[in-house]
Amino acid sequence: MLWLLFFLVTAIRADLCQPDAENAFKVRLSIRTALGDKAYAWDTNEEYLFKAMVAFSMRKVPNRETTEISHVLLCNVTQRVSFWFVVTDPSRNHTLPAVEVQSAIRMNRNRINNAFFLNDQTLEFLRIPSTLAPPTDPSVPIWIIIFGVIFCIVLVATMLLILSGIQQHRRKNKGPSEMEDIEDKCENVITIENGIPCDPLDMKGGHINDAFVTEDERLTPL
Amino acid sequence: MAGTPGPDPPADGGGEARPAWDSKLQYLLSCVGFAVGLGNLWRFPYLCQTYGGGAFLIPYVVALAFEGIPLFHIELAVGQRLRRGSVGVWTAISPYLGGVGLGCFTVSFLVSLYYNTVLTWVLWYLLNSFQHPLPWSACPLDLNRTGLEQECRDSSPVSYFWYRRTLNVSADISDGGPVQWRLLLCLAVSWAVVYLCVIRGIETTGKAIYFTALFPYLVLTAFLVRGLTLPGAMQGLTYLFTPDLRVLQNPRVWLDAATQIFFSLSLAFGGHIAFASYNPPRNNCRRDAVSIALVNSMTSLYASVAVFSVLGFKAASDHGQCLDRNILHLINAFDLPEQSVSRDTYTAALVRLNASQPAQVAGLPLEACRLEDFLDKSASGTGLAFIVFTEAVLHMPGAPVWAVLFFAMLFSLGLSSMFGNMESIITPLLDLGVMPRRVPKEVLTGLACLLCFLMATCFTLRSGSYWLEIFDQYAAALNLILLAFFEVIGVVYVYGMKRFCDDVAWMTGRRPGFYWRATWKVVSPLLLLTIFVAYIALLASSPPHYKAWNPRYERFPSRQEKPYPGWVLAACALLSFLPTLWVPVVALGQLLARCREKTRDPPQDGRPKPRGGRAC
Repeated sequence: MLWLLFFLVTAIRADLCQPDAENAFKVRLSIRTALGDKAYAWDTNEEYLFKAMVAFSMRKVPNRETTEISHVLLCNVTQRVSFWFVVTDPSRNHTLPAVEVQSAIRMNRNRINNAFFLNDQTLEFLRIPSTLAPPTDPSVPIWIIIFGVIFCIVLVATMLLILSGIQQHRRKNKGPSEMEDIEDKCENVITIENGIPCDPLDMKGGHINDAFVTEDERLTPL
Repeated sequence: MAGTPGPDPPADGGGEARPAWDSKLQYLLSCVGFAVGLGNLWRFPYLCQTYGGGAFLIPYVVALAFEGIPLFHIELAVGQRLRRGSVGVWTAISPYLGGVGLGCFTVSFLVSLYYNTVLTWVLWYLLNSFQHPLPWSACPLDLNRTGLEQECRDSSPVSYFWYRRTLNVSADISDGGPVQWRLLLCLAVSWAVVYLCVIRGIETTGKAIYFTALFPYLVLTAFLVRGLTLPGAMQGLTYLFTPDLRVLQNPRVWLDAATQIFFSLSLAFGGHIAFASYNPPRNNCRRDAVSIALVNSMTSLYASVAVFSVLGFKAASDHGQCLDRNILHLINAFDLPEQSVSRDTYTAALVRLNASQPAQVAGLPLEACRLEDFLDKSASGTGLAFIVFTEAVLHMPGAPVWAVLFFAMLFSLGLSSMFGNMESIITPLLDLGVMPRRVPKEVLTGLACLLCFLMATCFTLRSGSYWLEIFDQYAAALNLILLAFFEVIGVVYVYGMKRFCDDVAWMTGRRPGFYWRATWKVVSPLLLLTIFVAYIALLASSPPHYKAWNPRYERFPSRQEKPYPGWVLAACALLSFLPTLWVPVVALGQLLARCREKTRDPPQDGRPKPRGGRAC
């Protein structure tokens, strides 16, 4: 008689947890993808931990503080590793509504992930969407900083070039207006030969000798 | 330069002597930098890939030998001999040909506008590359934070970043939209950098060119070395370079090879004429022309090897990810253990599962993953640089470093070409004496850059990229071909082949041989005429249309083909013919002026006195 009762209870309990049952969720883990060599094997102890995490999440929901590990049922564990789970109420006859389970899991998703060293992509709760992380934008976009640096460098360099150009212009205007040599880049070097500076021999203040006509003026231009 | 008296040295107008290069290397690097531009990187590899890999080199070399090098030699020789910018040179050859110089000047101006806008886009990407993860690696969240932004989800993060975050492109060319302030800022910096380098003409560009011309080669080598060590690179290279000789029967291949050589060497802009005009009069321009043209072609080849190795890596990586997605579908659907199906065993597993449970397999969203499909995804132009290559860089370890290097390389490639463009604008202005002599050169270059910057702001509108395509296709292509044709005809038939050969002999020490004379007299003009006619035929064969990025299009993310509205077509026609219109206008103007002179002063001794050749 007792055995019959036991079988009846397990049969009812088995009915509660089935693929695509009401209020049941499918979970899929990708342990080897996440951890590579450090992957652990999925055994009954890990299942126990999972049940504990789900029970923990449910206990945080008001009115469900009495959820026990035995209320969480797992079934259809495959090699993939994937399985279905339901959470029953204390009477073990009904399953808790999917909405409650969903919100409980979402609230504690991070802790459940961390317990298994996984993340949202490798520990999937199908039909429970995860909240996406907010974008981590810095207060000042990086491109503006680099832009500011480049702009300042270019501005300073341009100013320097313009200023040096103005200085060169002024030097050129002051100096060779008396020299007859029109070609620029001619420096006023005072050469000293035999101890006598050649300065007095310079043509500073001299006259253009009209006997020597430059080549350009003699030939007809094109 | 008063020195060895050559045949009729032209007057320099007195006053300052013409600026000169500090060294021959500076001049060579400037010409190489002008010729080697963005097209070597993103047009040549695409042509190689589309036209049968290695087989494309045959029409390319033919075009180089019969069109590229002869035209290039003419430009360098003419500039070096007559020692003026493009406007001065053609006016000196014949007053009736002054329009050719003005046409070159106008085309250079139009090209500068949009070329620097491309540099603006490159600069924007460069600024955004200094972060990890790169901003084009993931989609942003939508407003509710429940999922990803829809436009990004439907296309890809890379396309989204390009079309939305960078261009903020509108769905139609008539929809101008506001000026994008981010692009405007980058445009200002681009023009500021150009001004900084061009501020005193070749005095400053000559210093900057050492960096901007050599840095791209360093980066290309780095990419080549890195690319060849990545998985999938060799497959990419073999697939893309395997020659398919059947394509040579397609006349389109020859047309594209000829146009590629033409635009790759930056002929008919007037930039090479300007550069050569600063040379000493006795310089071997023939050797320069051949060596620079060869360096340009070698660079194209070198760049393609680097680009193809990275693209091969990207194709292999995409192929692997495609397989992984399929494998995930399989093991999720059939609850197989993780990593039980690898990329190599995927096909066998699929066959086995299809045999046992075909209905379930048929219900899975499996993609067809073939490596050739991924290798065939070719792109040229901005598509290659900003979409395909940026995605490839994402997969490389140390992605931000490679992104920074890549965009810095693009920027310096474009910058060295901009130097040539700006020289071809500024040198004629200086020679014409547009500003009084007291005004320093810095002011002239500043005004030119400022004007270009203000006009280029129209490319920072939301429809800017569509307008850029129009400028690229219509303003540059046809005009340059026509102007080059007039250049060859002008030198060979108006200036005179014998006179030109004498000049070249004086400058280089050897008379041009049969090859040069034959190509200048017959082959090049014929080739140019053929290219022009073929180009017109190609443009006329289909009504002009553009590809718009429209998120509301049913077949999004494919681009929607739209015809140009009427007013845009009018603008295209204007751009196509306005620069070349200078040639007949100036010729007619000169003719009218001569006729009026003849009727006003009848010649005293019965011999018409030829006046000076300045068009002003």
